[in-house]
Amino acid sequence: MKYMKHCRGLLLLPLLLLAGCNTVVLNPSGDVARQQADLVIVATLLMLLIVVPVIILTLLFAYRYRKGNTQAKYNPDWDHSTKLELVIWGVPLLLIIVLGAITWISTHLLDPYRPLQRIDEKRTIAAGTQPMIVEVVALDWKWLFIYPEQGIATVNELVTPIDRPLKFKISASTVMNAFYIPSLAGMIYAMPGMETQLNAVMNKVGVYDGLSTNYSGAGFSGMRFKYHGVTQEDFDAYVAKTKAGGGALTRAAYLQLEKPSEREPVRRYADVDHDLYDAIVNRCVTPGSVCMSEQMHHDMQRVQIDAAAKAQQAKAGETNMAKLEAEVCVTPAEQAKGAAQPTISMKK
Amino acid sequence: MHEPIETSTSLLFGRLGWNAIPFHEPILIYTFVAVMLGGLAVVGAITKFKLWGTLWRDWVCSIDHKKIGIMYMILGLVMLLRGFADALMMRLQQSIAFGDSAGFLPPHHYDQIFTAHGVIMIFFVAMPLVTGFMNYVVPLQIGARDVAFPFLNNFSFWMTTMGAVLVMASLFVGEFARTGWLAYPPLSGILASPDVGVDYYIWSLQIAGVGTLLSGINLIVTIVKMRAPGMDLMKMPVFTWTALCTNILIVAAFPVLTAVLGMLGLDRLFHTNFFTNDLGGNAMMYVNLIWIWGHPEVYILVLPVFGIFSEVVSTFSSKRLFGYTSMVYATMVITILSYLVWLHHFFTMGSGASVNSFFGITTMIISIPTGAKIFNWLFTMYHGRIRYELPMMWTVAFMVTFVIGGMTGVMLAVPPADFVLHNSLFLIAHFHNVIIGGVLFGLFAGINYWWPKAFGYKLNVFWGKISFWCWVVGFYLAFMPLYVMGFMGVTRRMNHFEDPNLWIWQQIALVGALTVACGIGAMLMQFYVSVRDRKKNLDVTGDPWGGRTLEWSTSSPPPDYNFAFTPMVHDNDTWADMKKNGYQRPLRDFVAIHMPKNTGAGFIIAAISAVLGFAIIWHMWLLTGVAFVAMMAAIIIHTFNYKRDYYIPADEVTAVEEKRTKLLEAHA
Repeated sequence: MKYMKHCRGLLLLPLLLLAGCNTVVLNPSGDVARQQADLVIVATLLMLLIVVPVIILTLLFAYRYRKGNTQAKYNPDWDHSTKLELVIWGVPLLLIIVLGAITWISTHLLDPYRPLQRIDEKRTIAAGTQPMIVEVVALDWKWLFIYPEQGIATVNELVTPIDRPLKFKISASTVMNAFYIPSLAGMIYAMPGMETQLNAVMNKVGVYDGLSTNYSGAGFSGMRFKYHGVTQEDFDAYVAKTKAGGGALTRAAYLQLEKPSEREPVRRYADVDHDLYDAIVNRCVTPGSVCMSEQMHHDMQRVQIDAAAKAQQAKAGETNMAKLEAEVCVTPAEQAKGAAQPTISMKK
Repeated sequence: MHEPIETSTSLLFGRLGWNAIPFHEPILIYTFVAVMLGGLAVVGAITKFKLWGTLWRDWVCSIDHKKIGIMYMILGLVMLLRGFADALMMRLQQSIAFGDSAGFLPPHHYDQIFTAHGVIMIFFVAMPLVTGFMNYVVPLQIGARDVAFPFLNNFSFWMTTMGAVLVMASLFVGEFARTGWLAYPPLSGILASPDVGVDYYIWSLQIAGVGTLLSGINLIVTIVKMRAPGMDLMKMPVFTWTALCTNILIVAAFPVLTAVLGMLGLDRLFHTNFFTNDLGGNAMMYVNLIWIWGHPEVYILVLPVFGIFSEVVSTFSSKRLFGYTSMVYATMVITILSYLVWLHHFFTMGSGASVNSFFGITTMIISIPTGAKIFNWLFTMYHGRIRYELPMMWTVAFMVTFVIGGMTGVMLAVPPADFVLHNSLFLIAHFHNVIIGGVLFGLFAGINYWWPKAFGYKLNVFWGKISFWCWVVGFYLAFMPLYVMGFMGVTRRMNHFEDPNLWIWQQIALVGALTVACGIGAMLMQFYVSVRDRKKNLDVTGDPWGGRTLEWSTSSPPPDYNFAFTPMVHDNDTWADMKKNGYQRPLRDFVAIHMPKNTGAGFIIAAISAVLGFAIIWHMWLLTGVAFVAMMAAIIIHTFNYKRDYYIPADEVTAVEEKRTKLLEAHA
């Protein structure tokens, strides 16, 4: 009986949460996060179908078959029932088939790499709409955002227009982080020398929290930024203001910025080196360093040249072999002639 | 990009210098003083009661699986105190570090604490406790006199202990890793972590890992080759079955850990580039490899505990276990599937949708056999006569708690849902839900269940109940708020918060942690009171609970040789079956028993390997060489030790058995 009390509380817990107003993960403002939250709730409800009966049965059996209750049936040798076994294995199996199907579909639909199909439940995206691109770099311990179309860059502040599909290209400078704006869409790792992507859209004007969700060292806790979802007009004004503000994020400025620092104030750059982001992903911002892409290209060429050379050799070898065979092969008829021919045969 | 930091090293002391001693950290200095005083008190007591000889001969050198099992348990419980102290400090830090307050732990210290907490709780608490049970119980359950390789068993234990010793040493000499418990590169690489922390991590786990792997081989051979006549595989007790599957997992998974840590060590020591950012290294390979070990590890911990619950439920329901066959198959299915799910630990690393779905669905499939197990326990209780002794209380608490943890686990297995919950406090709540509510509750059930077997008296019920309620209530108070904060978008490993909305939840979690502290205190009290009042709670029968498996057929504690005659097995509840069919204890015609002999070699080799590890950590290359040669010499010398066995004379066996006969008659 004593168990019952706090278990009831527990069953209520998810419901309480849904009602809670500051549970941003369940009440986000972006369409992608909205669908992800719905999925959390659907999965929970499906699981509750089996979890609630199990908890109730546990408590019921624990109470009814206590030693003191001599009224209850006691059957010490009963240890098998094919029907029950079928239920035990079958019901969870059915549940997992349903959940598995949901998983397969939703994982593909909500794949962060997949271009968006809709702005929200009601609005689809017009054909040919290009998403706005934001390049995100996790530095020690701050966030750099580069807006290639607008030609501006910001540190620890992200501003995008609402209802416009966004495509984040994400990388990092030294260690792994994860880029996460709970109200916008799920997280994705930011890794040095690599690029991950995230497609998302914000539907409501507002200021939201963004953070790193993968521990990255001493300054990790302060690696937060504000994300502003604004109207298109406000966004244009913001870009214009940033452009007017001056300052340029050159490679040299980046190398300064990249050095470890904590809780950096917001910075805005009116101009940004065109291929800075590519250089960051390919780890060649430092003057004189070879870009990974270039290195890989060279390596590939070398491999191709090697392979071609080998093929050439092999071909030459074959020709030689054929020649040799022609020279050394002797037919029995020729042998019968008794001439002093070599007797090795290369043919089987 | 950082340049490698060159530190001056000397041949003798490597990078070790006075600056490695944390004089500037008052918490550590107090801890050090307390540990020293405690240590001196223990040394003093041992000297006063002249116990050094006993300690060395009967415990350190012991190759008796029962004593080694008990030593594993002691190691696990001692390390639980350390790991829990870390947990308390984290909860305290998170509950006060809001807004302007930075809390009492700077990142440098806090980050070591959460890393150490994870490493210690998994490797040096859960693993020794689980291994301790398997060591103690398996040979008794299968009617064997010891494990297959008794010396190896002793060596395994000391290797595990030496790993723990190195972790503890990092508290006072140098520092521990600040990387999180799995030490993902590039953060754990030499550029981002140039100090000794990660080296302590690598070498303590490498040394302990050797112990775990050898122990796994040992127990597999024991179970496969040394079962009593008549005990075919489908007549093995369920705990032995789960132990078999666990050790298969250990043998298959731990070499992966050794390899991946070896490569990380090479990256750090010799500047290879397996996992670096540059020169073709790739950190994602590390993340994959460590989880190919890491996910089976979860089942290495939980499977034996499922075995414990199976024994407890059936014993205290006074009923055969429902669905033995399906229990065994469920265990096997889990064993195999546990290798097909590792990627669910990093859905957010950018794999394609099909890869993510595959691993999400395999993860969900594991919940089917796990669910089947829960139902089997449920239907074991059905039509039973349940006695609410402590082990059964822990079991019911487990069943209710574990299904909640299982549910949140399946939620995390849906990749798009994981994208919003990964690395959040929701995840932390989930795995504590299954590790505390599953593994730890099971271990406590096991401690209360088998204590009378190991020591000959039952544990105190009053303090046991206090401990139980503190743990259960404390667990819910500590971790339900973490589920909530997960939904509020709070991530793990933070040492400071801005959002005042979180404050109240952090306070509840702190109260929960303090309640758990009371639970641990009550448990220590329970042990103390039980030892003090042992005469009151004596178990003379050897079968205090109405047990069903072979370990309850022998005396409590069992004689050195476990069984005077190897039992014959006809049913999977062997002892219940023997009791039902009027089994008579053999009273005469005892013969001499062939037994393995104690040796100090295991301890010596392990101790040298700890020195070797310490020397590598600090780059003391001279000492490294010396220790390596010494270790090889000790191993070779041990191979020439031919005095490895002896016979317990028939007279002695007769005397022990007659003593038991008299005891049984006196209490009949």
